[in-house]
Amino acid sequence: MPQRVEIVKKIMDSNDRLAQNNQAILDQHHVYGINLMASPGAGKTSVILETIKRLPAGIKLGVIEGDTAPVTIDADKIVAAGIPAVQINTGGDCHLDANMVGMALPELPLEELNLILVENVGNLICPAGFQLGTHANVLIASVPEGDDKPYKYPKIYRGLDVLIINKIDLTPYIDFRMDYFQQGVEMLNPGLTTFALSAKTGKGFDAWIAWLTDKVKAK
Amino acid sequence: MHELAITESILSIANQAAQENHGTKVTDIYVVIGQLSSIVDDSVQFYWDYISQGTVSEGAKLHFERRPAVLHCKSCDHQYPLGEILQPCPNCHSVDVFIESGEELLVDHIDILREEE
Repeated sequence: MPQRVEIVKKIMDSNDRLAQNNQAILDQHHVYGINLMASPGAGKTSVILETIKRLPAGIKLGVIEGDTAPVTIDADKIVAAGIPAVQINTGGDCHLDANMVGMALPELPLEELNLILVENVGNLICPAGFQLGTHANVLIASVPEGDDKPYKYPKIYRGLDVLIINKIDLTPYIDFRMDYFQQGVEMLNPGLTTFALSAKTGKGFDAWIAWLTDKVKAK
Repeated sequence: MHELAITESILSIANQAAQENHGTKVTDIYVVIGQLSSIVDDSVQFYWDYISQGTVSEGAKLHFERRPAVLHCKSCDHQYPLGEILQPCPNCHSVDVFIESGEELLVDHIDILREEE
């Protein structure tokens, strides 16, 4: 006769433990880590590049680029901007996990850095379940994607610490109801810190840079 | 696609629990999946049949208990299912709500056969 063994263990438990290790490594080096998520084309790389241009002198950034294929287009742009970058090729996987980030961290000069941006794979579903060990989960939502995204992809909004609404320069040309969008966000994640900006025009970046600077200084 | 990683975790949890309890075979695995976890049962089963081969969990039957996402309205205390798309409280139209359940993703229990003593 089979016997029942009680377990009640979170399936993400082993990933979460690896994520804690990653965070310990970041803390040890006084580095603030950010997991940057978005759908493909929301402007993750553009926001990173514009952020690089505007960072105050004391902030030393490193970037981990997650891509599903060994294409270094994004990583090359970051390196060209003078920032150390490591590419993780997920081999077709739709998300980064704590193990992949843990392997990439030693490839960055952590002792020289105080901020790391991890650019996750462009996807609104899979990355939501995998903690990476960063200190903040940040989603870039861009207005051309539509104002219904919080309603359709509630999970990713649940775990956010910061929301960036990108491409706000396009709002006059498209039917994006900011009130409706923000109502959905508020239902899922009340009081979420939100920055509306445009990586194209630079509008709204000051507040985002100020937030980043505060976090790095506090580390 | 993230179902492969999920399935590997289920396998590792089941195999470890079987080993700790001197199980020679895992016959059944009971998994709880909240609606917000975005897991496709069929994909997990598909991966399971491959990756469980050669382990104590090979051939174990996977049971999925789906927990619907339930919202709780803070204004009028009404509870309602998340359904296909997020909506304000159908009773009082408030958006001051919280998610009461539906985010679970866990192995609840397994059934094992033990060595004959």
